[in-house]
Amino acid sequence: MRNRYRNMIAGFAALSVLLAVIVTSTPCHAQAQAQPYRTPRTKDGKPDLNGIWQAVNSANWDIEGHGAAPGPFWQLGAEFSVPPGLGVVEGGPIPYKPEALQIKKENFADRMNRDPEIKCYLPGVPRAMYMPYPFQIIMSPEYIMMVFEYAGAVRTVYMNHKDAPADSWMGWSNGHWEGEALVVDAADFNELSWFDRAGNFHSDALHVVERFTAADKDHLNYEATIEDPKVFTRPWKIRMPLYRIVEKNAQILEDKCVEFSEEVLYGKLRKVPLK
Amino acid sequence: MNQRLITPLGAILAFILIAVFLMPSPAAGQVKLGTNALSVAPAAAKPWTVTKTPDGQPDLQGYWTNNTMAPLQRPKGVTKEFYTKEEFFEALKKQAELDGEEATPGTVEDVHYDHSQFGLDRTQGLLTPNFRTSMIIEPPDGRIPPMTAEGQKRAADLAAERKKQGAQYDQAQNLPFVTRCIYMGAVPMLPPAYNNTYQIVQSPGYVMILIEELHEARVIPMDGRPHAPQNVRSWLGDSRGHWEGNTLVIETTNFNDKVAFQGSSRDVKVTERLTRTGEATMKYEFTVDDPHTWTQPWKAEMPAIKTDGPIFEHACNEGNYSMGNMLRAARVEEKRAAEAAAKKGTE
Repeated sequence: MRNRYRNMIAGFAALSVLLAVIVTSTPCHAQAQAQPYRTPRTKDGKPDLNGIWQAVNSANWDIEGHGAAPGPFWQLGAEFSVPPGLGVVEGGPIPYKPEALQIKKENFADRMNRDPEIKCYLPGVPRAMYMPYPFQIIMSPEYIMMVFEYAGAVRTVYMNHKDAPADSWMGWSNGHWEGEALVVDAADFNELSWFDRAGNFHSDALHVVERFTAADKDHLNYEATIEDPKVFTRPWKIRMPLYRIVEKNAQILEDKCVEFSEEVLYGKLRKVPLK
Repeated sequence: MNQRLITPLGAILAFILIAVFLMPSPAAGQVKLGTNALSVAPAAAKPWTVTKTPDGQPDLQGYWTNNTMAPLQRPKGVTKEFYTKEEFFEALKKQAELDGEEATPGTVEDVHYDHSQFGLDRTQGLLTPNFRTSMIIEPPDGRIPPMTAEGQKRAADLAAERKKQGAQYDQAQNLPFVTRCIYMGAVPMLPPAYNNTYQIVQSPGYVMILIEELHEARVIPMDGRPHAPQNVRSWLGDSRGHWEGNTLVIETTNFNDKVAFQGSSRDVKVTERLTRTGEATMKYEFTVDDPHTWTQPWKAEMPAIKTDGPIFEHACNEGNYSMGNMLRAARVEEKRAAEAAAKKGTE
C-alpha cells in the first residue's frame, strides 16, 4: 500500500517531468500559432502575394472610428448612407497640426465640391488600398503591379529601385522584401488626393511606408506608416487585413467612372441646363 | 516618354536609320519584302530563341512601342504593300513638317497645336522600322472591307442620334471620348501619336499589359476560363489569353455599344497575336471579326520594338482643363452673339 503510494508519487513526478519536458522542448499549439506564417513562394523564391484582394471595412468613408450617418441626399434614404466603422488608425486621433485640422473640417463641410472621389480622380495611396473595390497583385521579379478596379488606377512597385520622374496622383513606389513582408516606400505624391470621404488629407510631402504580410493563404496584413510634416505633428499608422477574393474566375472588372462624373465637372457649362 | 523629349529631326532620322539596319528585323525571312530596305538587313542573323519566365511562359516582358507612320488603311492611290527606304524617309519628313505646322505660325492656335514643340508628334518618338503602306494586310488592298447593310444602318442611326444631341460644344457628352478622357483605344492596341508605350508583366496565370495612354491595365487571364457573362460589357471588353507555341493569343469580346471600333457592333471579336521575334522586337497582329458590320474579317500587322521605361501616370481626367475651357468658350461666344444681336435690334 505504502509502496504503491510511493510508486504513485514517483509516477506522478516522472509524468510531470515528462510533461514539463514536452511543454518546454516541443512547440505546443499556442506557440505554433505565434510563429509567423510562411507564405508559399513564387518560382523565383519570393513570398507569393499574387491574387485579387479587398479590404472589408468602412475606412473609405472615414479612416477614423465613426458611427452610421445619413448620405448626402435624403431621396436615397438608406442607400448611400455612411456605414459605421471602428476605424483603422492606430493609437487615437490623427495627429493633425491645428491649422491642418481646420482644413480637414472645412474639407468635410465642403466635400461635395472638394472630394476627389466624386470627380473620379485617381485615389492616391493609401486610399486605393481600402476603397470598397477589389485590386489585383501581379508579381514579377522586377515589378509588382497593383491594378485597381476603381477608376482603373494602377501602381507599379519597382523592386529594383528607381527614382520618380515627377510627382503624381498615385505617387512612386519602390519595394523590397524583409523576410515575409513586402515593404513599399511610396512618395512623390501630389497634394490632391484624400484619405477618405471625411476630408482627411495630406500635402505633397506625404511619405507612406507600407508592409504587406500574408497572415494565411487568404489574408494579408496591411499596415502603412504615414508621414507628412506639413500636415501632421508626427508619423502615424493605419492597419487592416486585406481579404482574398476567393470566388472562382474572379477578375478585376472595368470601372471607368470618368463618364459618371462629367455632369459634376462640366454640367454648369452646358448650353441647355439639365432639368 | 521618348515622345516628351524634344529632339532635332535629324537625330531622329539617324536613329531610325540605325534602328532599321542594326536591329534584328522582325520581318526578315518571314515577310515578302521585295526590294525594300528591310530585305538588305543583315541576312537573318543567328536564330533567336524566346526566353522563358520563371514559370515557363514565353517571356514578353518589358517596355514596348509600336509607334509607326503606317496608317491603318492604305492611302487611296497607293498600290504597293511596302514603301522603299527612300519613299519611307520622304513620307516621314513630310509628316514631321506637317506636324510642326499644323496651325499658322504666330497665332494662338499655333501655340497649342505645335505638336513638334511639345514632343507630341509621331516623328519625335521611337519609331518602329515599319515600311508598310498600311497596317491592314487582309483584305490585300489594305483597306477595311465594305460594310454590310446592317452596319450601314447602324452607322446612320448613330449619326442621326448624335445630331439630336446638338452641336459638339453644347455639352461635355457631345465631345469625342478621347477629348473626354474616357477611351482612347486599347483593344486592339493601335499606337496613338504619343504615349504609345506599353509595359508587359507576367505572373503565373496572367499577362498584364499596361498601356501608358489613360493608364489602361489589361489583366488577361491565361487559365482557359470562359468569358464573363454576355451582359458584363465594357470599353476594353473581356480578354482571355492562351499560348499557341510562343505566340500570345488574346481574344476579346463583351464590348459595350459605345466603343464601336471603326464602326463595329458590340458583338465584334478582336483577336490579337503577340510574337516575340528577337531580343528587342515583337510582331503584333490583330484580326477584327464582326459579321454585323463587315462583309469579311480584316487583319492588321505591325512590328513592336523595345523602348525605355518607366511608364508615366497619364492622369487625363484629373488634368483635363481643355474640356472646361472649350465649353466655356462656346458659352462666351453665344453670349457675345446674343448681345450683338440685341444691340442690333435696338439700333
